[in-house]
Amino acid sequence: MSSEEEASIDEQQEMQDTVVSPEKAEEAKLKARYPHLGVRPGGSDLLRKRLTKGQKYFDSGDYNMAKAKMKNKQLPTAAAEKTEITGDHIPTPQDLPQRKQSLVASKLAV
Amino acid sequence: MAGVGGGNDFQWCFSQVKGAIDEDVAEADIISTVEFNYSGELLATGDKGGRVVIFQREQESKNRSLSRGEYNVYSTFQSHEPEFDYLKSLEIEEKINKIRWLPQQNAAHFLLSTNDKTIKLWKISERDKRAEGYNLKDEDGRLRDPFRITSLRVPVLMPMDLMVEASPRRIFANAHTYHINSISVNSDYQTYLSADDLRINLWHLEITDRSFNIVDIKPANMEELTEVITAAECHPHQCNVFVYSSSKGTIRLCDMRAAALCDRHSKFFEEPEDPSSRSFFSEIISSISDVKFSHSGRYMMTRDYLSVKVWDLNMENRPVETYQVHEYLRSKLCSLYENDCIFDKFECCWNGSDSAIMTGSYNNFFRMFDRNTRRDITLEASRENSKPRAMLKPRKVCTGGKRKKDEISVDSLDFNKKILHTAWHPKENVIAVAATNNLYIFQDKMN
Repeated sequence: MSSEEEASIDEQQEMQDTVVSPEKAEEAKLKARYPHLGVRPGGSDLLRKRLTKGQKYFDSGDYNMAKAKMKNKQLPTAAAEKTEITGDHIPTPQDLPQRKQSLVASKLAV
Repeated sequence: MAGVGGGNDFQWCFSQVKGAIDEDVAEADIISTVEFNYSGELLATGDKGGRVVIFQREQESKNRSLSRGEYNVYSTFQSHEPEFDYLKSLEIEEKINKIRWLPQQNAAHFLLSTNDKTIKLWKISERDKRAEGYNLKDEDGRLRDPFRITSLRVPVLMPMDLMVEASPRRIFANAHTYHINSISVNSDYQTYLSADDLRINLWHLEITDRSFNIVDIKPANMEELTEVITAAECHPHQCNVFVYSSSKGTIRLCDMRAAALCDRHSKFFEEPEDPSSRSFFSEIISSISDVKFSHSGRYMMTRDYLSVKVWDLNMENRPVETYQVHEYLRSKLCSLYENDCIFDKFECCWNGSDSAIMTGSYNNFFRMFDRNTRRDITLEASRENSKPRAMLKPRKVCTGGKRKKDEISVDSLDFNKKILHTAWHPKENVIAVAATNNLYIFQDKMN
């Protein structure tokens, strides 16, 4: 068999594959878009990504800053604080500012 | 087709929906787990914000026989908070991955809730009496002047408004290097297992400072890693047996009597694959996202990306039943890989009699399969169908060119509306379906 004929038989097989299997057609699509995609998808890379899921921060300070930013966005604006009492007299429980509710209740529990 | 289940046709009707209606869903409000307790009286949900909400079914009263017991909020608490892993500089999410109830042994209710790293045992108890008539303090709590007390009295228990308190009784921490995906209470009601990507640990409910490692699939060289543990469950009756599923679509059944470390399985369940049909996506879509034993303990069910399979524990070489959940997605795998939907982890559940199974899909659709009649139905959790006791209409996805009137085409499906978590009441035909930040409860008309 000449190489030309061999090539066309391969092509035919490929075409048949895509017609028979929608999965293979999808695979061809993916490879066309990402030609450098690894040959073994279920291999170490994918699994390693899964094992280390979660956002990495530079350090705990970075983490706490990010959390504070998010909290300010999420919480409703706090009620106006009572005027600060400094050194005037020993405060009673009524004088102390209300502790900010750090956690918002679930909307399912409404 | 009117309905699914047993010998009769069941007709699913809307009962309740919980949660906010806003378009803008806060990440913390996304429901991450749903679980009925053993009697079905209580229904617990966990969310990405680390909160647990427990609903209780109303007692049915004689004069309201038409409206079956509704679920109302019983208790809510913050189970887990976000933490920071200083060693790895990684955030530990507060998201509740799983809730599992313990069987009720006294007046209080107990449940286990877990995030990626820490499992907690919560006690939920009722208080409907309080002591009044103390000698040393007034009713408002202020101490009485001891010189003004002239007589002794015995405090009396008086009824008070019901208060439901949740308190953490045990905290099982620092036993998992990787992310916990499953917890399962053993039938001995004394131990439970917790599974992460590479290891499974066995705990005693009373002991928090140590646990036994019973499965460890971490390779010596991480470069050789080929599969991870995706789910695990204890057998419902045999306290020595448990199963775990993998990202390669296999299930291993282990017997704790055989060895202390169950790295060698007793049974290995895998469906043979046709090598000619293998593609880039094959392994990814074969990854099992959930495994559940039947109530009878004779079968187990696994959920992979496109199907649900029922396995007979006595037959390892193939499942006895396979149900296609959304086969029409097979020709969309490329885009589902690009938008990461192909990694969505759907759960599945049995009904109380093991005659039907349910699992979720996209577009807020969920599917039910009757194992006896082999009929299936697609239903939708939507606020458009939320008139009380409104019957749910079956939905259909059209794959071909010609779309019939009520059908929806594959390309119109909303892949952000995923139903990953569903639960079926252990005894009745009542189901809970989590649709992002809303919880839907449906009941069978004839219940």
